[in-house]
Parts: sequence; structure tokens; C-alpha cells
Amino acid sequence: MTRTRSSESDEDSSPTTTGGGGGRGRTEMRVIVPLQGVVQGRGGLVLGSVIPCALFYLLQLYFKRHRSEPTPPPQTLTEVSELNRSLSRTHLSPRGSSAPACVSTRANSIVKSSDSPFYVGLKRVSEDPYDELSNPEGVIQLGLAENKLSLDLARDWLAETAKDSILSGGGSSGPLSMAGIANYQASDGLVELKVAVAGFMSQVMERSISFNPSQIVLTAGATPAIEILSFCLADTGNAFLVPTPYYPSFDRDLKWRTGVEIIPVPCRSADNFNLSISALDLAFDQGKKRGLKVRGIVISNPSNPVGNLLNRETIYTLVDFAREKNIHIISNEIFAGSTHGSEEFVSMAEIIDSEDLDRDRVHIVYGLSKDLCLPGFKVGVIYSSNENVLAAAKKLSRFSSISAPTQCLVISMLSDIRFIQKFIQTNRERLQRMYTKFVAGLKQLGIECMRSSGGFYCWADMRGLIRSYSEKGELELWNKLLNIAKINVTPGSSCHCIEPGWFHCCFTTLTEQDISVVMERIRKVSETCKSPR
Amino acid sequence: MNHSRSRRNPTREPDFPTVKPPSPGGSSSGGAGAAMRLIVPLQGVVQGRGGLILGSIIPGALYYFFQLYLKRCRSAKPNSNPPSPSSSSAQLADLSRSSSRSNLSSRGSVGPVRVSARANSIAKPNASPYYIGLEMASEDPYDRFDNPDGIMQLGLSENRLSLDLIETWILENLERSMIGGADGHLNISGIATYQPLDGMMEMKIAVAGFMSQVMGTTVSFDPSRLVLTSGATPAIETLCFCLADQGNAFLVPTPYYPGFDRDMKWRTGVELIPVHCRSSDNFALSVTALDQAFNQARKRGQKVRGILISNPSNPIGNMLNKETLYSLLDFAREKNIHIISDEIFAGSTYGSEEFVSMAEILESEDFDKNRVHIIYGLSKDLSLPGFRVGVIYSFNTSVLAAAKKLARFSSVSAPTQRILISMLSDTRFIQRYIETTRERIKKMYVAFAAGLKQLGIECTKSSAGLYCWADMSGLIRPYNEKGELELWDKLLKIGKINITPGSACHCIEPGWFRCCFTMLAEEDIPVVIKRIQRVVET
Repeated sequence: MTRTRSSESDEDSSPTTTGGGGGRGRTEMRVIVPLQGVVQGRGGLVLGSVIPCALFYLLQLYFKRHRSEPTPPPQTLTEVSELNRSLSRTHLSPRGSSAPACVSTRANSIVKSSDSPFYVGLKRVSEDPYDELSNPEGVIQLGLAENKLSLDLARDWLAETAKDSILSGGGSSGPLSMAGIANYQASDGLVELKVAVAGFMSQVMERSISFNPSQIVLTAGATPAIEILSFCLADTGNAFLVPTPYYPSFDRDLKWRTGVEIIPVPCRSADNFNLSISALDLAFDQGKKRGLKVRGIVISNPSNPVGNLLNRETIYTLVDFAREKNIHIISNEIFAGSTHGSEEFVSMAEIIDSEDLDRDRVHIVYGLSKDLCLPGFKVGVIYSSNENVLAAAKKLSRFSSISAPTQCLVISMLSDIRFIQKFIQTNRERLQRMYTKFVAGLKQLGIECMRSSGGFYCWADMRGLIRSYSEKGELELWNKLLNIAKINVTPGSSCHCIEPGWFHCCFTTLTEQDISVVMERIRKVSETCKSPR
Repeated sequence: MNHSRSRRNPTREPDFPTVKPPSPGGSSSGGAGAAMRLIVPLQGVVQGRGGLILGSIIPGALYYFFQLYLKRCRSAKPNSNPPSPSSSSAQLADLSRSSSRSNLSSRGSVGPVRVSARANSIAKPNASPYYIGLEMASEDPYDRFDNPDGIMQLGLSENRLSLDLIETWILENLERSMIGGADGHLNISGIATYQPLDGMMEMKIAVAGFMSQVMGTTVSFDPSRLVLTSGATPAIETLCFCLADQGNAFLVPTPYYPGFDRDMKWRTGVELIPVHCRSSDNFALSVTALDQAFNQARKRGQKVRGILISNPSNPIGNMLNKETLYSLLDFAREKNIHIISDEIFAGSTYGSEEFVSMAEILESEDFDKNRVHIIYGLSKDLSLPGFRVGVIYSFNTSVLAAAKKLARFSSVSAPTQRILISMLSDTRFIQRYIETTRERIKKMYVAFAAGLKQLGIECTKSSAGLYCWADMSGLIRPYNEKGELELWDKLLKIGKINITPGSACHCIEPGWFRCCFTMLAEEDIPVVIKRIQRVVET
């Protein structure tokens, strides 16, 4: 662009130059000619392209200098007021006119990042939680995927064995080992816990997959497990494909500190929100066109807001797709044991088990927060057979290791096979019963749910209740449900769902009696919504 | 990019109008003056100032293109860059074996999948003697009875002197603390369910109380300014994320704790600029050295965002006095940078000197509190590294807000918090614990330093920490890093004791070693001294 411009202007000026100097002295000519060469000919072209570039470079340099200096100070106001108060020591230093200390731009963006309705709702509930007896007017929590249905089982077990299990360092009846809990331990988890977790995983996934404890890295919850994988698989500016609707916190876990981008791959209600490879392919190409380097796909199986499972065929096509594009797959299987349908859960671990090249590109995230109902314990799992990923993740686990007493507690809990067996079974039955009741309750109100067979939640279609078929309408309904009906559900838009009117409702923090209260509250709002139509 | 490119044209135009105007004037008058008028400016461009401009512009442009070229090449390179040899060879073997499914895809000719560049650099095997030593010692640990020929661990600053006290308390109180409630009814939702990610309020109150108890009760800590993390390691990293962006730097007085290289740099992309302290100053921090390092960094175009100090200092064991703290704060204000003060050893003092916390200075005088951030933890002063409890204490509301949100990546598990809440609230136990531990550390320090002295090895005067900083410069053959590492290697492989060489702590003078003595029993000291002696004599 600039090049053509400059050569045009050269040609404008040069003919007139010759015209002007036409009949004049030769000496002048001699001077002019070489100059003409410079301006008109190749030299002009070179200069014409070189000068703008140089200027551009200088401009960039200028911008760079200026950008790094005035980082937007968010706390100016508070500090300005403190500045005039500061006394004695300020006067000691002659150059004492300093600005407030700025925090980093990434911290600023984390602080400023407006909370999505998902987080707003969670906060509202924590401020005014519903309690059947002490706070019947409070907000009912349907936004947090937490299972309280089987807490009694965990409580009974802990009441009996907690002390012994911690003091024995996790062994069933070993001698007291204070050193086992007080001292420094391997940051990626005790080997005994890895063995126990591997056993639990294969028990939960019900199939003949065995997990190799040496391929496990333990972290303080699944959240850092996801972040560590994101750090290991992608560099700043790279991207992951994530089918929508997805778990709202992926936006924090995958992106915040890693600088990685998420490319949403929309799934639609017409396909039952199933993942389609053509949509993946499209998103991959679009990412490429935008100059983004796609490093992997992140899936949740069972899917998080929807609750459906990936069947074996889809998993194989996914792996084929990943191989074709030479990218990774992160499979978040944290709800693997919390299934309630008849459908069979297929773990990505089957791929890792196979003797294929593909095992290096598949990484599984797991945790005990959902299937063992112990989110407070903060135990997350990275399972991978990629040596580089394992080596890096083990070293990075120093930033999120699990405390030893908790590990000992979990070791003996998981080693109690009979308890675990009973727990898994009872928990599934209870989950199934709640799911059936909750969905039936919604159905009475005319709200259909997507058929699902995993997770603590259902994906409810409230398109009939929103006034304008848009994100605005959806958020209006969400707001009414939160502030009038006092129930906190997660709107589809927080999960980046492309279609408005879908809501994520977790029913496992409720008791059975609560269901009727919830339905009553939704009914009140839905009637006000329907009447004007 | 295009946008800014076209915007730059106006700046270029002034050159051409000077060429252009003569043309209408020249053709109408037809005089020589017109040509002259034309030539002169052009001549000016080529010969005079213009030449100077062009001469500087052309290399600039070329440099820019060169940069662009490099950038392109670099971003394309990872595709051709082989991963670490071990995995690639393993994958090659797999390739030939891979059968059915790879044939399904028509374009199936893909190489092994790559991990990120940052993971690759992290995954590389340990190079620092600090980690190599730790690893070797953990593979073959010394035990007086079971493995008397094992490696003795003097490289890890862990306090095992007072474990018996903790043990007694836990035996008596564990049930009550976990199960809670006076009625003996297990409050399961207090430990099993989701808790605030930055720590329970009760825990923050208990930790704040412990901190002021440890630091001599002159300071009170506000629990609402605490963020709890799973160990001090993520506390440091979180602060680093909050205070600096990729490519920014922190000034760190050397010798410093080897773990900083991982905690501060790995994932944050922040650089550490060593500020050298010397044995002639007793390794005390000097503000002139800080100033010099700051200016040098600025010249290199690096943006310094803060100073990271450990007080009591980690490999040395000396403490910063009030005057130094004041001048540090002045320096930070003058340069408008932050201070991270790692005070994790605050309670592990054994000298007569008194520990002064940054928090105390800030309370007593009107400093700009927003730039000071304190790191603490229960790993050293409560001897519970296995519990993984770290603390960020900051006065800066933005930092606190960001750190609270980032705590999701490193929360402390609830059962641990419950145990600690009741342990820390048992003030009488804590008081007794702190006193006893101090006495025991002191006794060990005296015995250990005396043992080294017998071998002619002097230690820097120190008054805190779980270690001493020993001067073995007389024992190394070539007086340089190589000689130091040779001695370290001999001590590890022949003497079977693992200590940390100064070079791992970025110490500028060779021959210094950090020896942690709190992992030992008193009976072990003569064994250590004998082993050192054996190596020294060879």
C-alpha cells in the first residue's frame, strides 16, 4: 500500500523536475541525473519502501515505550488520599514524588473481570442460603455441582476411622507415624494415594480398565489439574477447542494465568447437544485463519452442563480428528462415577490403554470432589501417558499439592473396598431417584430436560418462559428466578451455549422435600412469564 | 498493523512537499532557479542531514524486517523441532506397531504430538545441585540403625526437632479437632463440602494470631488481609503473577533460596535479577547494590517491578535490622516498586537479635503500605511442611482481590484446616511449642557450628533459620564454582552428606555451603562431622 503510494508521488515530482531544468546548464544536469536515478528508478523504490518501514519500526518502538509505563492504576483514588497523609519518611528521600505501586496487568484483568451470572448466583446463595428451618426465605442453591446426597455415608465412615487413618499414615493398622504427615512429602502425591486413587478410578468406571499409578499426578483439586495441563500442552496465545455449552470455570482454569485462548465449538439442541466433528473441523479452520495455533480439544465426559455421555464411536472419531490435526485431547471425566442412566460410560483411558501412538495425546482429568462427594478435600488427578507431560506436571505440582493428613485420610477411605463399593452403589441409586423426581417436577411445569445419564444436574429447556428469544431474555428470567423465586440456576449463556433459554440445575444439594419447594418457586415465576403471552 | 502503517504516511509527507512545490513554480518561470531550488533540497537529503537520516533509517528498517523474519521462523519452528530424544525414540517404536485405526484416516501421516515449549523446558531433568542432592538423599536416606551408610540430609530446611510435641497434641486432640463440636457430633459439611477457596475465616483468624505470637506480639495481623494457599510456594508464585507481567523482573539479593528460580519464574515468565551480597559485608544487603542492579536492568530495557527479600534470610540466617528495612522501603518508594518479604522463618530464631517484621515497620510509621506483601507459612515455624499451608499477607486491595481469585488453584484441604484451627487456637500449647523449639534449634546450632569449627570451618554469624552458612572456601582446590561443585560432589558421594553449594543459591563467592541441621538428631552431629572430616582429609 505504502509502496505504491510513494512511487506515485515520485513520478509526480520527477517529470516536472526534468521539465523545469530542461534548457539549463549541464553541470546541473549531471547533478540531477544521479539524483533522478535515486528518486525515480530503483533507488526510489527502495527508499520508498525502506523509509516507511523504518518509520513504522520507530513508531512501534515509541508505542512500546509508552505502553509499558502508565499501567492503568486502579487504586489511584485510595492512594492519593494516603499520599497527603504520609509524613516524616517521605521527606527523607529527596525524590519522594512517587506514583502508587501498580499491580501487573494480568492481575488487573483478573480483578476487573466481571463475574458471570454463574459466579454472581453462587455469591448470592452464600450470602443468604436457604435452610428449611432457619432460613426458609433464603436462596436455594441449584448452581453448584456438589453432591450432598451421600454425605451421611462419608460422615459415618469418618466418625469411625478418621483418627486412626490419619495417625497410621493411611495404612490400615500400622504404627503411629507422625513423620508421615508432618514432614515434606512428594509434591505430586504419596504413592499409596496414587495406588488407591487408581483403584478407585477403575472401580468407578466399572470396566476392565486399569489405571497405572505411575501415570498419575495428584493436585489440590481438579481445578489446578486442568490449569497444569493447559500450561503443559499450550503456550501463551495458543488455543483449545471446547464444545459448548461448557463448564463456566473453564474460562478461568484454562485461560487466566496460562494466556491460552478458548475457541468455542457450538453444539445445538437439534443434535441433543452432541459433539459433531464437522463443527470441530470448522472451528479448527477458523482458528487457523485467525492465526491461532490450536493445541487441543477439551471435552467433559459426562458433559458438564448437559449430562450426556460420549459413545465409543464419537470417542474414536475424536481421536481420529486429533490425530489428523496432530493435537491433544483433554478429557475431563470428573463425573465418571456419577452416572444415573442405563447408558454405558466409556473412558478415554481405553485409548491410553491401547498400544497406539495416540496414547500420547490423551490426558484425563479426574477428582474426588464429585464421585466421592468430597470437594472440601481438594483432590484432583491428572492421568496421562505422555512422559513429557507427566514430568512437567510432577514438577508443577509443587504449586498445588495436597496436605498429608488429607492424603492419609483418603488413602484409608479408598482402601476400604467394602465401604467404597457400598458408597458408589448407594450414591448412584440416590442420584437416580433425585434425577427422576426433579425432572418429573419440571415436566409438570411444562419444562422439558435434555435426556441425560450423568452428573448432578439436568439441562432444562425454559425457552418457553423467556420473553425475548435472546440472551437478554434468558438473563431476565435468570434474574427473576434468583431475586423473586430465590433459586439460583446457571443460565446457558454462562456456559457459552449458543441457544438462549437453557438452564443448568443441580439437584444434589437438595433434599427430596426441597424439590417441591423448588417447583413451587419456579411455578410462581413461570406463571408471571406466561400470562402476557 | 495496516492501520498504523497508513497512519505513518503523514510523517513522511513533509519530505515530498519540499520536492513538489517547485514544479509549478519552475515550469511557469522556466528559470534555472527552479532547478536549483529542486536540487538543493535533494542534495540536502543525500549529502547533509538527510544522509544522516537515511543512514539511520535504512539499517533500522532492515533490522525490523530481520526481526519479522526471525519471528516468523520461530513460530513455525516448533513443528520441526524434535521433542526430547527419549520420547521420540519411544514413539518411533510405536509408529511401526500402530495398526488398524491409524489406517482409517486418509491423511494419517502425523508426527508425535508436541507439548508446549514451557512444559518442555520444565520437564528437563534437574540441573541444579540443590535438587540433585535432594533426590539422591531421598533415594538412599541415612538411618542410624537401618541404613547407617545412607546419605545424610542436610539440604532440606525442615525442622524435625519438635515433632514429639506436635505428636502428643495430635494424639490428644485430633478427634476433637476434626469431628468438631462439643457434642462430639461430626460436622461433615464443615470438611467435606466446598469451602472458601482462600481459606476459612476461622483459619485466617487462627493463623493471624499465630503470626503475631511468633513475631513477638508487637504486631497484629488483620485476618481479612490474609489469603491462604497450599504452601508458601504457591503463595510466592501467586504474588509474582499479581505484581509482574511476563518479561518484568524482580531484584533478589543473593545468595537466595534455590526454589525461587522455580516459584518466581517458571510459569510467570518473570525474571530474577541477582543483587550480589558479599562475605566482606557479612552478606548483608546494601541499598547501593540494589540501586546499581536496578539501573543496569533499566539500561537493558527490563522493567523492575519489585524486590524479593527473605527475612530471616534463607541460606545465611541473618536478619534485616530496622534501619535496613527503612532504607529498603525508601528505595522501593523512590523507584515505585513492590517489596515481597518472605518471613517464613520469622519464628525460628535462636539468637539474641530480635526479628522485625515488615508489618511492624508499616504499622509504626506512615509508609505506603500498598507496595508491601508478606509471605508466611506453617512449614517452618510449626514444623508442618506436610500440611501445606502458606500465607499471603498484603495491604494492597487489588493484590488481595486477585490473589483470592487465584487461590482456586492452590487451596488448602478442609480437614487440614480443621486440625490446624484447633491446634493454633490452643494458645498455651503454641506458646510452649514456640519456646521449646527455639531452645532446641539454638542447642543444635551451637553444637553443629562448634563441630564445624573443630574442622576449621567457620560459619557466618546467624541468628535464625534451620541452617548455617559454612565457609569451606579453604577446602576447595581451584577457587571457583568448579572447585565448589567438586567438593559438593565428594561430600555427597564419598562423605554421603547432602548440603547445598552456594552456587545453587547464586552466591557470587565460591566455597560457601548451606547446612540444615534440624533434620538431624543430636547424636548424628558427630557422624556428620566425621564424614566431613574424612572428605576434607583426602
